[in-house]
Amino acid sequence: MDWFDLNVISGSLPEFWRGLWVTLQLTIISLAIGFALAIPLSIARVSSNPWVSRPVSAYTYFFRGTPMLVQLLLIYYGIGQSEWVQQQWETGNSFWLLFRDAYFCALLAFTLNTCAYQLEMFAGAIRNIPLGEVEAAEAMGMTRYTSLCRIVLPSALRRAIPPLSNEVILMLQGSAIASAVTLVDLTGAARNVYSRHYAPFEAFIFAGLLYLAVTFVLVGLFRFAESHWLAHLQPRSASAKKD
Amino acid sequence: MTLKPNTELLRVEDLHKQYGDNEVLKGVSLTASSGDVISIIGSSGSGKSTWLRCINFLELPTSGKIIVAGEEVKMLPGSKDALKVADPRQLQKIRTRLSMVFQHFNLWGHMTVLQNVIEAPIHVLGLSRKEAMERAERYLERVGVWKFRDTYPAHMSGGQQQRVAIARALAMEPEALLFDEPTSALDPELVGEVLKVMRSIAEEGRTMLVVTHEMGFAREVSNHVIFVHQGRVEERGNPREVLTRPNSERLQQFLSGNLK
Repeated sequence: MDWFDLNVISGSLPEFWRGLWVTLQLTIISLAIGFALAIPLSIARVSSNPWVSRPVSAYTYFFRGTPMLVQLLLIYYGIGQSEWVQQQWETGNSFWLLFRDAYFCALLAFTLNTCAYQLEMFAGAIRNIPLGEVEAAEAMGMTRYTSLCRIVLPSALRRAIPPLSNEVILMLQGSAIASAVTLVDLTGAARNVYSRHYAPFEAFIFAGLLYLAVTFVLVGLFRFAESHWLAHLQPRSASAKKD
Repeated sequence: MTLKPNTELLRVEDLHKQYGDNEVLKGVSLTASSGDVISIIGSSGSGKSTWLRCINFLELPTSGKIIVAGEEVKMLPGSKDALKVADPRQLQKIRTRLSMVFQHFNLWGHMTVLQNVIEAPIHVLGLSRKEAMERAERYLERVGVWKFRDTYPAHMSGGQQQRVAIARALAMEPEALLFDEPTSALDPELVGEVLKVMRSIAEEGRTMLVVTHEMGFAREVSNHVIFVHQGRVEERGNPREVLTRPNSERLQQFLSGNLK
């Protein structure tokens, strides 16, 4: 096999592992922060008060309507173009200095992007809650807050698990664009290996296999989550039949 | 529950409800004392369900008074069609004293039977988990579905779900139970099991307000029947008299189309 040289891979393994680690960090951190922000924002999104729901809707409109790569480039290259921001850099303002850090910019772009998608999923799930279940909570004397925490969100978040699994996998693959802003994630590592050895197949096929392996694990985790939290929507089991 | 018979538990005075130009309830009243089982009957669209839903404010009345065990629910003028609740905390408290059983059960789908029954006692009444579990066991046994405690509602028949819903309402140990057409969404062969449970809890002396199409239940179990027609009380009284010798022509027509 002179078109596929395993030595290229075995010689660059540490580089691939480091890249994979960066990819995992970016994906997991942005998904987690995005998730935490998406829950309160999804409640705001379904609010009947337009002053609350409109800004959220404008935010998701922008972040779901433009490519994540464009968002990343805007944050990393665009913000630094502002003279005012450059002044802040010179004075050593630690907040604005963050925007010179590619890692921070990638995390920010990914988080804002996935948060927009996740919050729309949750908002959809909240809107689809059977009205009768909310009414039952009300009739039992629950406050709106109790009903939200005990009935609406637990029901909605469970039903959002299947679309969420797609989002998680898309974010993993999407994080490959971090290499566009100098970060050496898994894709970046593969590109470095490729350019050093001029061995495109070895570098990119191995990177692809690693993405595939992580996806495989994620799919398994979500299947477990569904069997645990969505049992109430699955076909009835033989044990729970007749009276 | 510990109240002696004939204590007034619930009074509805001159209740009106309109949606736009459509006046659904045109001034209806009722009084329920402890141990009363009151059936509210009438054809579809007569306003009987709206009446029941106004009593625990799932629908906001246009005007009228609701007094639960001597405590009047405080209301403020709201929109043209609906009053506004003056004190949400008072309403929440009053709702815990009037448990409702719905036509479509409205069990919480993501919770097992047991979780459905202990949920409000813990998170509304503030009972400990242990106390709530004891109540749940008692009332799920009572309605014969304790063995389904770890089952999800969607995996049960309609009759079983409705019995769970009754246990959920009983677990609040309310002063009165409101039933909103509890058998109307059930397959005919499942109606009996629910009616049997309702009859047996009525025999315990619980106060019940039942909107129903089941004339057999109205006649045999309730001690008072109210016939609603086009948003007004057309006839009321002892079911054996009212249902066997109706005075009004409307009730005669209604019963002849509803002989059971």
